[in-house]
Amino acid sequence: MYSFEPTEEQKMVIDAARRLAAREFRPRMRDSDEKGEPDPAWMDEGWALSLLPASIPEQFGGFGANSALTWVLAAEELAWGDLGATLALLAPNLVALPVLRAGSPEQKAMHLPAFCNDAWAPGAAALMEPRIAFDPFALETKAVRDNGGYRVTGTKCNVPFALESDWILVYAALDGKTQALLVPTNAPGVTVGERERNMGLRALPLYSVSFADCAVPASHLLGGEQGCDFDLLLAASRTALASMAVGVARAACDFALDYTRQRTAFGEPLARRQSIAFTLAELVTDIDAARLLVWEAAWNLDQGKDAVRAAAFALNFSSDMALRTADRAVQLLGGYGYVRDYPVELWLRNARAFGVLEGIATV
Amino acid sequence: MISFENSDLIKEQQRYAESIALERIRPLARYYDAYEHEHEIPWDFVRFIWDTGRKGLDALMPGAEVPDEPFMLQIHTSEMISWGDVGFFMCLPWPALGGNAIQNTGTEEQKNRLTERFRGERPTWTCMALTESHCGSDSSAIRTRAVRDGDGWVLNGEKLFVTSARKALEESEGFMVVWATTDPGAGRSAIRPFLVEAGNPGVRIMKLENKLGLRASDTAVVILEDCRIPLENLLGGGEKGFKGAMATFDSARPAAASSGLGIARATIDFVKEELGRQGVTIRYALPRRLLTAIERDVIDMETEWRAAWLLTVRAAWMVDRGIPSTVESSMSKVKAGEAVTRITQKGIELMGPLGYSERMMLEKWMRDGKIIDLFEGTGQINRLVIARRILGYSGRDLK
Ligand SMILES: Cc1cc2nc3c(=O)[nH]c(=O)nc-3n(C[C@H](O)[C@H](O)[C@H](O)COP(=O)(O)OP(=O)(O)OC[C@H]3O[C@@H](n4cnc5c(N)ncnc54)[C@H](O)[C@@H]3O)c2cc1C
Repeated sequence: MYSFEPTEEQKMVIDAARRLAAREFRPRMRDSDEKGEPDPAWMDEGWALSLLPASIPEQFGGFGANSALTWVLAAEELAWGDLGATLALLAPNLVALPVLRAGSPEQKAMHLPAFCNDAWAPGAAALMEPRIAFDPFALETKAVRDNGGYRVTGTKCNVPFALESDWILVYAALDGKTQALLVPTNAPGVTVGERERNMGLRALPLYSVSFADCAVPASHLLGGEQGCDFDLLLAASRTALASMAVGVARAACDFALDYTRQRTAFGEPLARRQSIAFTLAELVTDIDAARLLVWEAAWNLDQGKDAVRAAAFALNFSSDMALRTADRAVQLLGGYGYVRDYPVELWLRNARAFGVLEGIATV
Repeated sequence: MISFENSDLIKEQQRYAESIALERIRPLARYYDAYEHEHEIPWDFVRFIWDTGRKGLDALMPGAEVPDEPFMLQIHTSEMISWGDVGFFMCLPWPALGGNAIQNTGTEEQKNRLTERFRGERPTWTCMALTESHCGSDSSAIRTRAVRDGDGWVLNGEKLFVTSARKALEESEGFMVVWATTDPGAGRSAIRPFLVEAGNPGVRIMKLENKLGLRASDTAVVILEDCRIPLENLLGGGEKGFKGAMATFDSARPAAASSGLGIARATIDFVKEELGRQGVTIRYALPRRLLTAIERDVIDMETEWRAAWLLTVRAAWMVDRGIPSTVESSMSKVKAGEAVTRITQKGIELMGPLGYSERMMLEKWMRDGKIIDLFEGTGQINRLVIARRILGYSGRDLK
């Protein structure tokens, strides 16, 4: 039977995430964007929610089981606060959750306990490549077999926390298929390059990273010898991004709604004009639709069903919707939408990331 | 706990409805479109539904053993039957809009009368008359007059676009729910629903509309001329007024949405099958910018369909649980009206000149599909409903 009612536990997670977003993310969002650094309070306070340890089984140091649904419920709320903060706080997922989903028993035992400590620890994944034709299914970064292990060569971009993490989960083409390898950041051949300077997500430390004939032991191939199901990992990543797109859109829509209700022009509140009210009606409708698509994708993941299509629909719809919503919000604020005293220009820059950037979040 | 799993009952019903669509609807759909007024009612189909098929569609019937989620079952059925053909869906002998109005405004006795009607030997239809020639969206401006006269009411006026009036009033012993005003100066507060039985003197069909699509379904102009009805035909004994009309929308809108999405899915299924025959595969997981234009179009059609469908399913879920769903029901209708319009128009483009030709059904589905954004509140009216609610505005604040 269909149901659209989160569990009591999930409702508590939603509440906690909402409070964190309002209390810690929003007030610091502008400063962090200008400075180009995540605020340490985001990770300190955010880690207290224990979202990740609650997703890791006891035998690996956590106290629960992973639920994509719970993640997307939380991630929407967090991203309503700030997308940069959300991606920073959830960066450990980038290593922990693929290992949890697809790792060998040894890999789980080796990597998961590091994400169950009292303090936040960064995680890094390298999927994107700096070229127009970047295709996650046809990577230029290659892993070749060598001496019972692998050698990885290639250049990646937009790798979160590459400098701060001990490990990077590197996606590379192996025998023509995309696979993932756990590579220590200090391994010979790994060079962390410059901080990326993107139009948005400026609070999130993203780096370019290059791999020059970097030797990786066989045991570091995610999933062990048989590798991993990359389609599944990509679907999980897209579902995560789509949920955050819903959060960003909601932020922009809420703001524009309040603004147009208060601002008067020609003798009455702006929102009393149909062209504005109808725009808002369309935005809230699409936000709801996007959320349902995200939930469906997450539900498919949790049920172990094929989630590729559901995730594609969710991200296809949400990325477009978030960009449109942020754009409309800027439009509805007029000149104030364009200046950095107001948050909507930031949401527009951030919203453009969806549908362009891949692999920087996962559930 | 959030779930996207359908109940077994609904899955079974969908399979049953699909077999009806394939065997008893699709083969006739083109004919009924081509001969809009020459054709009779599709009696074979109707009798089949009434006599045998009804067991499968029973949940649509009042008084049937009520499943856990009657409305959820209904939208899945209407989606699938409309996937077969939306005009045939409108010909289903079931309570439809008139029944909906009685369920929302009638007394127990009146509801029982409705139930009895659907237990008889002969297929029965109902219809609902709100729209008039000078007003549709602004339904509070209706002029059809109801005057109390001794032991009855006398109705006078002209009703436009009454779906199934011919079936309800001439082809069966059905009835029509008429919205009329007891005091033309008083606006919505004086509007009441009345029940007019087939065969009642003073009611007649003046004209059947010639339409863009939906041609298997009759849409009539109905004249009420000194139409005298007994007192007990005032629905709800006069207590439920215009609000009752509005209450019917909470379920009528997702129902219309589901029907439109059936048409849209017919288009998507057909286009994908044809493309498949041409060797086109759709690479769902590829980043958008690497897709071909056709792949993008197909994925966008499917995405929009799914978005609208999930809004519809959510509204139905709320209706079944008695959760007020005015906004959510309007959302489903806005999205579905837009989705079916765009998807059916795009389907023709993708198939080129053949898509435009009557050799395929796409052109018919596009003509049929447009109705979904017009009735049960136009796209704009449903945007108004949503906007007023999210802004906390009254009808005066936002016109
Ligand atoms: C095939 C068919 C079957 C139908 N079946 C029935 C039936 O069974 N019973 C029944 O009672 N009616 C029925 N209708 C009528 C239908 O509900 C109306 O046509 C519809 O409500 C629109 O009303 P209207 O045609 O008077 O258009 P109008 O209300 O005149 O609207 C014209 C245009 O103006 C827009 N508009 C109107 N008001 C506003 C506003 N405040 N703000 C912004 N835009 C606005 C509308 O959205 C529309 O685009 C049917 C119609 C058709 C075509």
